Amino acid sequence: MPSRIESLDESLTRDPRARACIARYWRRNVALMARLLVVWAVAGLGCGVLFADALNAFRLGGFPLGFWFAQQGSIVIFVVLILVYAVKMGKLDREHHAELEALAKDLRGEAPEPQ
Amino acid sequence: MSIKAWTFFFVGLSFSLYLFIAWRSRVRDTLGFYVAGRDVPAFANGMATAADWMSAASFISMAGIISFMGYAGGVYLMGWTGGYVLLALLLAPYLRKFGHFTVPDFVGDRYESNVARLVAVLCAIFVSFTYVAGQMRGVGIVFSRFLEVDITVGVMIGMAIVFVYATLGGMKGITWTQVAQYWVLITAFLIPAIAISIKLTGHALPQVGMGSSLLGESLPLLDKLDQIHADLGFASYTQAFVGRWDKINVFCTALALMLGTAGLPHVIVRFYTVKTVDAARWSGFWALFFIALLYLTAPATAAFARYYMIDSLHEKRADELPSWFENWSQTGLVMWLDDGDGRLQYHGGDQSERNELFHSGKLSSAEVAELRAQHATWLSTDGQGGVDGRKQLRELGLSGPDRDIIVLATPEMAGLASWIIALMAAGGLAAALSTASGLLLVISSSVAHDVYYRVLRPDATEAQRLRVGRTVIGLAVVVAGLFGIFPPAYVSQVVAFAFGLAAASFFPVLTLGIFSKRVSKFPAVAGMITGIGFTGTYILGSVYGGMSNWCFGIGPQGIGTVGMLLNFAVTLGLTPFFPAPSAKIQRMVDAIREPEGVGPAVDIEAAIDH
Repeated sequence: MPSRIESLDESLTRDPRARACIARYWRRNVALMARLLVVWAVAGLGCGVLFADALNAFRLGGFPLGFWFAQQGSIVIFVVLILVYAVKMGKLDREHHAELEALAKDLRGEAPEPQ
Repeated sequence: MSIKAWTFFFVGLSFSLYLFIAWRSRVRDTLGFYVAGRDVPAFANGMATAADWMSAASFISMAGIISFMGYAGGVYLMGWTGGYVLLALLLAPYLRKFGHFTVPDFVGDRYESNVARLVAVLCAIFVSFTYVAGQMRGVGIVFSRFLEVDITVGVMIGMAIVFVYATLGGMKGITWTQVAQYWVLITAFLIPAIAISIKLTGHALPQVGMGSSLLGESLPLLDKLDQIHADLGFASYTQAFVGRWDKINVFCTALALMLGTAGLPHVIVRFYTVKTVDAARWSGFWALFFIALLYLTAPATAAFARYYMIDSLHEKRADELPSWFENWSQTGLVMWLDDGDGRLQYHGGDQSERNELFHSGKLSSAEVAELRAQHATWLSTDGQGGVDGRKQLRELGLSGPDRDIIVLATPEMAGLASWIIALMAAGGLAAALSTASGLLLVISSSVAHDVYYRVLRPDATEAQRLRVGRTVIGLAVVVAGLFGIFPPAYVSQVVAFAFGLAAASFFPVLTLGIFSKRVSKFPAVAGMITGIGFTGTYILGSVYGGMSNWCFGIGPQGIGTVGMLLNFAVTLGLTPFFPAPSAKIQRMVDAIREPEGVGPAVDIEAAIDH
């Protein structure tokens, strides 16, 4: 993937719409992260530790459920969480990039380079 | 071919491969030396991170620890994988965007303070050295167990190999050898696990086999194990919070291991080696994916081997004992001291007085021979003369087999061919060497980059910096090797605590540096010092000073969690009283949050090659 650093105009950052776009990107990133971290805490520290004794009353096949969360389930969920984050952030990055690109074009249209 | 011949073959083959890769990936500049030229693909970086992460302890000891701990063993499984979620979501993409070469680089630049930089350097060096000493020792132990060479010779062979590929190729050489080492170690780990799963349960997937019943029985394996444990006096295998591992300790230890994982410098620097922010996120995924292949299998191996070991030893006469028991008895990992009835009894907990199964621990072979002789006299004279060896060993805390036997003897338990056993040796060496090299690079970059170049000689040329980097890594290999040959007594205890210290120092300072633009130099340094100070004192006091676990009964392994909370509390509490960071730093934080590189501070990108 080519570096995107040169692909966007530096003057873009002075544009209020671009600034709003950057701020929106950060908010969406933090919101996604927070949701995933809640799952992380509930699956690992919650089901694997805090509720493990209670969950052991239930069974998953031959496993007591709390034991399964501590030794198998939490790890699988951790892997899936990072996968979801990478996929969703990739998508968010692309949207963000397209938005900035459009703004950059727009800006160039408003203030064409002197011939 | 004998096991020994096969072992020489596999070890020789894998070492030649590492040297070949080292030669192919030698480097000429610091960018290559410290961050592998920043063009490692995410998939390969994930594999290298997994090998970097999984040490000799993960490979040889972890399944054994779980096997003897049951449910509470999940602390290590969750702790050492859950940290990757924090790493991938909270740190990796931003530190990659920041660029540079090391963790102290970020701390020093973000907080505009060489004091912060040096505190970070000290933490990085301390954590890395305690860790690397254990790896070098691991190399020596694998050599001595499988090839019957002296531990010292084993450590020196390992040192020579790491020396060559680390000084030649720096991070680039280390990365590509780690990729190869991952394949060696995962193959060696999975084959015996799958074989023993098929043998006991008929399922090829150990994770499924663990939850099924034994062949020819209706009771699930884990229930059977609970039943056996109850009969023999051991604590339940699946029940949570038995004995020392109460809820608060399981919770704090798991969390401290997670936060520590996210703060370990040798793992973080791996994310500097990829091309883009997106690739840093994907590296996080691939790293945990490849780690999970081993971490999801280890608890299954633990349960199978636990059952199989008890089933094939308990109540057996000498002529009924399996051959692996004989083989490993010679190493002292298991020993049997009979009570006179000619049948081996394996007990624990409140029935431990009847236990006849022990390991020799740190006793020398002469001491063991003497003890056995005394025990024989004791038996033949009906307790009139000699000494009851069982009582002595019990008092020395050497009851039961050595935990390492679980992984080392699994291939034989599963009845696999001798070349698989040899492959285990190559796997153990791969795990130890890959972790050692990653840590050595952190030590080298901390000294050569953060101290020499960033603080002492900012005007050093590229060639000088590369030369210093190579020299330091060479010296670090030698020091680590010496630690391996003459292990300081504290190492084995301190390794687990390295996580507590990393959790209490790096984790808060890194996350706040990214997610707050308000936190500045003084509160951050004060927080770091409070975190390390509290955690370090508590650990030292509790391990050496005989201090009671006064802080809610939390043991030294979990105290990093409290240290981390204190660090956050001090930093955030002091922040309102100190000025915000300069405009330049605020722009820098904006820039690392912005993957497109259009953040207001483009100058930080220009600073990469400084």
